[in-house]
Amino acid sequence: MFEIVLQISLLCVSISMLGLLYRLIKGPTVPDRVVALDAMGINLIAIMALTSMLLDTTAYLEGILLLGILSFIGTVAFSKFIEKGEVIENDRDL
Amino acid sequence: MSMLHWAVFFPFVAALFVPLMYKRFRWIHTGWFVLIIPILLFIYFFIFIPKTSNGEQVMASLAWIPSLDVNFDVYLDGLSLLFVLLITGIGALVILYSIFYLDKDKEKLHNFYVYLLIFMGAMLGLVLSDNLIVLYMFWEFTSFSSFLLIGYWHHRERSRYGAQKSMLITVLGGLSMLGGSVLLAFMGETFSVRELIGKSGELTAHPLFNATILLILLGAFTKSAQFPFHIWLPDAMEAPTPVSAYLHSATMVKAGIYLVARLSPVFAESGLWLWLIAGFGIATLFWGSFSAVKQTDLKGILAFSTISQLGMIMSLLGLGAAALHYETMNENIYMAATVAAVFHLINHATFKGSLFMAAGIIDHETGTRDIRKLGGLMNFMPITFTITLIGALSMAGVPPFNGFLSKEMFFAAMILVTEMDLFNLDTWGVLLPVIAWTGSIFTFIYSLIIAFKPFTGVFRPEMLEKKPHEAPIGMLIPPVILASLVIIFGLFPNLLASSILEPVVAAIQPGLAKNEFHVHISPWHGFQPELFMTIGVIIFGVLLYLTLNKWNKIYGILPDRLSLNSFYDSLLKGGEKVFISITKLFMTGYIRTYLVYIFLFFIVSLGFTLFWKDAFAFDSENTAPIGIYELILATIIAIGAIAILFAKSRLTSIIILGAVGYMVSIFFVLFRAPDLALTQLVIETISVALFLLCFYHLPKLPSRKEERMTFKLNNALISIGVGVIVALIALSSHSNKLFDSISGYYLENAYKEAGGKNIVNVILVDFRGLDTMFEITVLGIAALGIFAMIKLRLTRRKLTDENE
Repeated sequence: MFEIVLQISLLCVSISMLGLLYRLIKGPTVPDRVVALDAMGINLIAIMALTSMLLDTTAYLEGILLLGILSFIGTVAFSKFIEKGEVIENDRDL
Repeated sequence: MSMLHWAVFFPFVAALFVPLMYKRFRWIHTGWFVLIIPILLFIYFFIFIPKTSNGEQVMASLAWIPSLDVNFDVYLDGLSLLFVLLITGIGALVILYSIFYLDKDKEKLHNFYVYLLIFMGAMLGLVLSDNLIVLYMFWEFTSFSSFLLIGYWHHRERSRYGAQKSMLITVLGGLSMLGGSVLLAFMGETFSVRELIGKSGELTAHPLFNATILLILLGAFTKSAQFPFHIWLPDAMEAPTPVSAYLHSATMVKAGIYLVARLSPVFAESGLWLWLIAGFGIATLFWGSFSAVKQTDLKGILAFSTISQLGMIMSLLGLGAAALHYETMNENIYMAATVAAVFHLINHATFKGSLFMAAGIIDHETGTRDIRKLGGLMNFMPITFTITLIGALSMAGVPPFNGFLSKEMFFAAMILVTEMDLFNLDTWGVLLPVIAWTGSIFTFIYSLIIAFKPFTGVFRPEMLEKKPHEAPIGMLIPPVILASLVIIFGLFPNLLASSILEPVVAAIQPGLAKNEFHVHISPWHGFQPELFMTIGVIIFGVLLYLTLNKWNKIYGILPDRLSLNSFYDSLLKGGEKVFISITKLFMTGYIRTYLVYIFLFFIVSLGFTLFWKDAFAFDSENTAPIGIYELILATIIAIGAIAILFAKSRLTSIIILGAVGYMVSIFFVLFRAPDLALTQLVIETISVALFLLCFYHLPKLPSRKEERMTFKLNNALISIGVGVIVALIALSSHSNKLFDSISGYYLENAYKEAGGKNIVNVILVDFRGLDTMFEITVLGIAALGIFAMIKLRLTRRKLTDENE
């Protein structure tokens, strides 16, 4: 019973990923796409958590934390690029 | 190491000391030191004459590469003795001549004598070695040293052209001869010529026999300047005259003749051998003498006359092969051809050497070799004129000289051909004496041109660069010696008969009983048909010579464009052009083209192998069940990957690429690889950030708008092909698992042996730690490389876009 619930949840998350992919490809502006990518990262966390429950393991917990950080960093990098045109400014003083 | 080996090495060793002598004793002409070498060698080899005339042979072996049956075996019989005497004897005369010909202050003598000594040693090795591979080695040595000698005055464009041409043609032949030698050794299972001769009977039946004949003969024909490979010899006349006299009349061009004579016992059974040699020889004889008449350069005439005389010797050797087919000695009149060939070989060396030296004297004392400028030199150079007259009349075949005897024997042999009942000779053979006779008329004409054009007629001092006078005595001695040999051999031909000719003929035709024949050359043998042929040659020759201006327009009929020389030139130039254009055709300089080649090769070779071996298999037994969410996630990856191709802006593609990378990490999660998933996530994020970093540095060009990738059908087809092939291979290899995985061992032993529970990490650092170490190295190199590329920009160029 529990397994079926997990399977259904995975299915739902996957379908929502599909929707996000549509926005990612179609999204008229770049920020639309970046937000879609960010949301995909969050969805990935969900998939990871569901899978680790399904597989009955704790091996993916670091992955969940890491993905949380990376998804944030990625989104910030994109945002900075869109705003300033570069990711790492090295000569700020000049 | 026997004395014979030392004799071959002697010139090479001496060559090492020549530069030293040149440096130390500048006031003495280096040639005097060098002169000792051939004289010593000549005396040494002269002593062998009694031995070989008794039918003995001298044999000595020196191990070189015994495991490959390549040994420096020397073998001295009549044939090699004749050649070594020619090489050392004429070598000594030529060196003496060169001492007076080359100025010791103006010329680089050390180079000259080193090259000449290398050549002499190579020729000695060539005629003495019994091993085919060693023979080939010396053969290439002669080509190489001849190249150096022709290009001796390397500041002249014509010298370099001649050297290159002779090198290309003789090396072509040399390589083909190597091929022939290898085939011969393959058939006979030995490299030794003598053993091959012993096996000649079984070789004839071998399927490779005819191919071997063609390859060997290509080598012999190119070296001996046979039609149509004769074109290098006239251009080799740019060499100093001693070189022309030595290499291009007496020794090197006879290497091919030596090869044919040496291998005759192996091949003579074959009709192909006989016809090829006789046919090409006679064609060369005619074409050489025909072309010689139109030359205006003295050495040019002599070069074509050499070609023609070599053709004559070659054709006689070919006909001599017929003697093997007649068992009984009494009827065996066809031996005469071989005797004539050998006799003429000696005669040609004597008179052609003296003629070349005389031409060199004229060149040296007047400053030109052009017969249109020369004339009336008889009063200035009486001795040179006498030498030239003797040489030329001997070449023409006029009675008191040795050329007459060999020409008579030549005609006699040619008439005998028509009586042979072999290989269709009785039907087509009649052509041979006719062509030979016509060729001899032209020989007569150009001999008269050489003898009379420079010396008679009007003396025109204004055309000459120097005031002509007789040559120094040292320059005259060698041609005088040769000219007196011409007369001696002409008057007393039997001096040579038992001492030289008989052992040579015995070497060329070892199958025939040794003591049953005796060579006897008589200057007068009654009113035979060949005598009338000679009389006819003289009458027609004189008539045509006197009317030369009336008929020499026929040389204009064949335009220059159609000559063999221009064919050779256009072959070189055209070949270069064709190959450049072919290279340009596929070496476009665009990496995309090369990728297309690589992928096409990939598709074709792998696809063909799959198809040919019928290797495709699909087995669904071992597959795991697929959940519907997995299907959806896979669809997302597929759609994402395809969407990248159609993305309009670069930024969009990067974002989609990041999404696809994240999805891949999710598959690592689903397939239970947490370590991989972690790494994949980090790496994906970093590489996306790196792409963004690159974007900042992309050049902003107004002409290059960001737009969707253009569609190219070829690229689409190739990429689809690669995908399909890889998919097919993956499916087939999954369905054809032959062995179980070894992962069970790691599962059992990860904790027991290595003390770790994470198998992936235990494998990485423990079981297979070496791989990890080098991957760390790769990362280190990449980091250092990036650092170096950023920091070490020595020149800051404005436009560094490589695609510009």
